[in-house]
Amino acid sequence: MMRPQEWIAEKVFFLSAIFSVTITLTIFGFMVILGFPLIQKGHALSLLSKPWIPENGFYGIYPMIIGSLAISSLGVAIAFPISLGCASMISVLGPRPLNLIMRKGVELMTGIPTVIYGFVGIFLLVPIVRELFKQGSGLCVLSASLMLALLVSPTMILFFSDSFSQVPQSYLTAIEALGGSKVQKLYHIILPYTRKGLLIGTLLAFGRGLGDTLIALMLAGNAITVPGSLLDSARTLTSHIALVIAADYESLEFKSIFLCGMVLYLFTTLVIVGVRFIGIREDRRKA
Amino acid sequence: MKIRIFLTMVFAGLLMMGISQSVLSESLDMFKGEKGTIRIAGGTAHIPVMKEVAKQIMTVNPEIQISIAGGGSGVGIKQVGEGLIDIGNSGREPTEVEIKKYGLKVFKWAIDGVAVVVNPNNPVKSLTKSQIKDIFSGKIDNWKRIGGMDKPINVYTRDEASGTREVFWEKALDREEITKKANVVVSNGAMKSAISQDSYGIGYVSVGHIDQTVTPVTLDGVMPTIQSVKEGRYPVFRGLYSCTKGEPVGLTKKFIDYLFSPEGQKIVQSNGFIGVK
Repeated sequence: MMRPQEWIAEKVFFLSAIFSVTITLTIFGFMVILGFPLIQKGHALSLLSKPWIPENGFYGIYPMIIGSLAISSLGVAIAFPISLGCASMISVLGPRPLNLIMRKGVELMTGIPTVIYGFVGIFLLVPIVRELFKQGSGLCVLSASLMLALLVSPTMILFFSDSFSQVPQSYLTAIEALGGSKVQKLYHIILPYTRKGLLIGTLLAFGRGLGDTLIALMLAGNAITVPGSLLDSARTLTSHIALVIAADYESLEFKSIFLCGMVLYLFTTLVIVGVRFIGIREDRRKA
Repeated sequence: MKIRIFLTMVFAGLLMMGISQSVLSESLDMFKGEKGTIRIAGGTAHIPVMKEVAKQIMTVNPEIQISIAGGGSGVGIKQVGEGLIDIGNSGREPTEVEIKKYGLKVFKWAIDGVAVVVNPNNPVKSLTKSQIKDIFSGKIDNWKRIGGMDKPINVYTRDEASGTREVFWEKALDREEITKKANVVVSNGAMKSAISQDSYGIGYVSVGHIDQTVTPVTLDGVMPTIQSVKEGRYPVFRGLYSCTKGEPVGLTKKFIDYLFSPEGQKIVQSNGFIGVK
């Protein structure tokens, strides 16, 4: 028989769960309804592949989709080796007191607001990139990706290091008994065992990078064109929304940002579904 | 008893503060005894003047809270129209449609030039109108071709909601295309800091924002200054507008009245704009 407190707690948590699910779905519904005029006229598909030239009536978001994907995948690609190394250091290789300090430091990093990264990027990173490559303004895909890497790596490091600590102790004891070094332990046991965890962590970081607005808005330059190189200025879907939101409510420009929203939503959903899928397969394998 | 003495002292203090300030400025008198908030947003060219005016008012009367935000002219018009703010600033004249749809009252309290600016290290100090058009459309993409260093030109422009962009595009570029490769920044202040950091950059700001960190470029030999705009020699200028939804009332009305008062217009001029009175 359940105690009344438990019954209340259960209902309260159930309600909050329902509430958050409803909110998420409502937001998607809201975007579909408001973006409906575009879909109805069959513009949606062409908008996904056309350039953005409002003067000529083209409201395509293709350059922004490419910009978003380029900046976040590059950011994650830069962050991955750093995070893997850092997590290995914290969980396996490093001496204990140092590990604790490093872990606390990384936890602290997760709390830094992205606007701070953007700000630091403008005054430190952008001039360096500009002078180093002697091309462009320094506001480019590379600058944004580097800063984004810094933003997503704490998430990745903590996720990796948590999944490292889930390796059964018996495996670790076994390799120690065989006389394996720490590096061998990492390479032959921990990394293969946590492969799925690494993948999930990377996907989550990718999702975070895709959703971030301020870093790209402040550092990527926001040009409305498909970037041809790492040093080209580019615009992400998120910064596009931030830049166009001020346009007239009735204009097609404004309506097209609902499509941006839907595309972003879709990307994030794909990432989450991917994470769940991998997670489920993982559970089955272990069971 | 003690309380009464205390209250009297506070009252006397307030009175003295009031007296001393009324000596400083008569137009600020109308804010005495007022209480409340004024929310302002929109055009970023307006911000220096708005800040100074707000400072004056809030020093006389700390009971009045004035918040000032940017966002661009489009945002200012839209937000005041939707009733989210009390005063919406715009660096372009609101369109007929906007005025009718929202029932806007429009107040033009200054005239402002829009100047092409480069980094102070840039040897290029004068351009013709057709050169400017070619630079912003991307046809000229190296400083060498216009007498500068052998470096690619980094073009900076403003976002869709910017009144500065609209005026510049209309009057300096004659509505010709701006290159899609241009970097987009979101305020006059951001434009200034971008250009002051980028030796090979070119952009445009409100004349009121020009200081030693950026160098204005002459357009067909005319330096963009208050003087040249006043005399009608510099062609790229616009009004600075503040809009309210319907006739302004209460504090909002007083704020706008103050902008048009001699003190208000003095602030306008000291910020590099041309007053309307």
